[in-house]
Amino acid sequence: MEHIISVTVENKFGVLSRVAGLFSGRGFNIESLSVAPTLDPSMSQMTIVTSGDERIIEQIVKQLNKLIDVIKVVDLNETEFVSRETAIIKVHTKDADRAEALRIVDIFRANVIDSTPSTYTIEVSGDPKKIEAIINLLQPLGIKDLVRTGRVAVAREPARPVAVQTKKVARD
Amino acid sequence: MKLTGAEIFIECLKREGVKTVFALPGGVVLKIFDTLQQQKDVEVILTRHEQGAGHMAEGYAKATGKAGVCLVTSGPGMTNVITALADAYMDSVPVVCFSGQVPTSLIGNDAFQEADNIGLSRPCTKYNFLVKDVNDLAATIKEAFYIATTGRPGPVLVDIPKDVSMAKAEFTYPNSVSIRGYNPTYEGNKWQIKQAAEAIMKAKKPILYVGGGVIFSSASQELLELAEMTQIPVDMTLMGLGAFPGEHPLSLGMLGMHGTYQANMAMHYSDLVIAIGARFDDRVTGKVSEFCPYAKVIHVDIDPTSIRKNINVDIPIVGDCKTVLREFNQILRATVNGEQKELRKPWWDQIQEWQQAHPLTYHQEKDGPIKPQQVVKRLYELTRDRDPIVATDVGQHQMWAAQYFKLAKPNRWLTSGGLGTMGFGFPAAMGAQAAFRDRLVLCIAGDGSIQMNMQEMATAVVSKLPVKIIILNNGFHGMVRQWQDLFYEGRYASSDLGTTPDFVKLADAYGAVGLRVKKVGDLDAVLKEAMATDKPVIVDVPTYPYENCYPMIPAGGCNHEMLLEDPPELKKKQAGAGKVTPEDKDTVLTA
Repeated sequence: MEHIISVTVENKFGVLSRVAGLFSGRGFNIESLSVAPTLDPSMSQMTIVTSGDERIIEQIVKQLNKLIDVIKVVDLNETEFVSRETAIIKVHTKDADRAEALRIVDIFRANVIDSTPSTYTIEVSGDPKKIEAIINLLQPLGIKDLVRTGRVAVAREPARPVAVQTKKVARD
Repeated sequence: MKLTGAEIFIECLKREGVKTVFALPGGVVLKIFDTLQQQKDVEVILTRHEQGAGHMAEGYAKATGKAGVCLVTSGPGMTNVITALADAYMDSVPVVCFSGQVPTSLIGNDAFQEADNIGLSRPCTKYNFLVKDVNDLAATIKEAFYIATTGRPGPVLVDIPKDVSMAKAEFTYPNSVSIRGYNPTYEGNKWQIKQAAEAIMKAKKPILYVGGGVIFSSASQELLELAEMTQIPVDMTLMGLGAFPGEHPLSLGMLGMHGTYQANMAMHYSDLVIAIGARFDDRVTGKVSEFCPYAKVIHVDIDPTSIRKNINVDIPIVGDCKTVLREFNQILRATVNGEQKELRKPWWDQIQEWQQAHPLTYHQEKDGPIKPQQVVKRLYELTRDRDPIVATDVGQHQMWAAQYFKLAKPNRWLTSGGLGTMGFGFPAAMGAQAAFRDRLVLCIAGDGSIQMNMQEMATAVVSKLPVKIIILNNGFHGMVRQWQDLFYEGRYASSDLGTTPDFVKLADAYGAVGLRVKKVGDLDAVLKEAMATDKPVIVDVPTYPYENCYPMIPAGGCNHEMLLEDPPELKKKQAGAGKVTPEDKDTVLTA
């Protein structure tokens, strides 16, 4: 089953490869991973979309928690959350198709963020189904380029951290 | 006063109580070596290969319970020490490895002897650091020792570029460490502990399954109290040997692939498995789906990822073994009475039946070829009064050592469990000897694995580390040969070593002492002579080459389905091989 895991990490070099290395080294699946600094610039927030049975997700959460640069891990599936993905789609448009392209943009509440005589560049946000849907409709017009951010997500209520570890003062 | 990076490095080691560094120099760490030479507090043991330095640090750590320290150069120095780091990571050994790095301005330029030390060591260390600024060096080293020795211990790498070791900074050593993402849990959950104690009281067929975690948290005394108070039998993992006295009536010995019959049967038929500081490795569980089918499982481990990784656990307790065992004992002291003993009498009767049915066994003919088990057994009997530290390599000899060398105390057993690193034993023994110059340190090795780090004999001689190596010389990679006999119809693909070197002459060439046991009758005398020598010694013992190690649970098999002796067709084949002269295996093969 698909899980979205939100991971707060130290914002320093090498952390991304520690997380990525954990997934590849232990054979866990990553569908998407996005990362950017938080309000506190010393930390970054990762959103990882992964899948596996209960046992595997438990291991993923525990193994992430074990990484020294990981500050907090939340399995968003244990709570209510909202998630979004953004895609930027460059469509090759013949004169006859340009109006149709704009109609589709309108239906999906997407935006045209760049335009040339032969292309529209469209930005669309939503859940993965919506992105898939607009891609399907635009495909007959000719998609030249497509980039997707992968999902970002946030809990609707304050999320409960899983596998909480009691905080202890450093033993000297 | 400002100090150079190299001076700061040494000051930090002194603050951490490090007396010995296992090291091999190179271009980018010359400043550090130069500074080390000008002081007397930290001794440098110059190894002949960085892998040796890494294993020595491991041996030092396992014997002392403190962090072992090694120092290597960039590039090949780093790649050579990787095996030891991976070994330490698998077996949770606190090692701090310092590696040199090319100057910060050259990093990423494919400079001479450059390697991505952080990238290389990431999957086989608990944590690693690249120090880019000399002002961060002291704090980084403090964190490295802290991470290596707390929680579930493990190796930590500190990568020091050449310019950082030469630059100057004010030296202040932090008093404490606080890392927001690293807070190991020492105290177990009270409610879970209470549940576990109740389960222990109720169980009719409980078993303690204890691993290396008991040794690292120095919880042997607490374990002994728990076992004696509740009369629960104790199974030890390979890494846990010594956590509980091997000769104690409650000890069933080692469990797992080559564990004793009673240890594995008791595990299989128990109704409560109390796992303490062990991780349900595949060499212990065998076929997971049929592992301990009748048992509830209590699992105490400081590493949450160990719990429910391989098998389902009914009562998980994340915490330090010593702390949790103390809590168990406190609760049980108040509640245990004669009833449990009575309740468990049928269980002990059953265990004794198993013990008597299939004890560890081998057959030593009076004038026949020397059996490897006989060597280990006599070595144990002759040295037990001296409370020796025993290192092993990996293979058949390791399993025989685990079966027949019954350790009374923790921190005496140096072996490579998780990674199974051949070549581990000799340098690990030297590391322990460097920590305890007056103790007797033995290394039980095979003729295959000793050759993997033989070069360290030069270190042993020069640094006066009088390790006693006993080579069970069967001319084969014995465990490989055993599997080939059992599962590959006796085709010895690359397991026959052909001509092995004359180890006696080899020892002599290095300036050590070489002895050979020519016949079984000479065994005691030669071993005694070796133990009385104050130099490093190799005792070459040509043994019967076709001896197989039993009991054995074939990989993926069930714990109660052990092979106890050679299958009939194999016996027939070996009978055809005729008498073996200890002098020359080749004559056996052609006989």
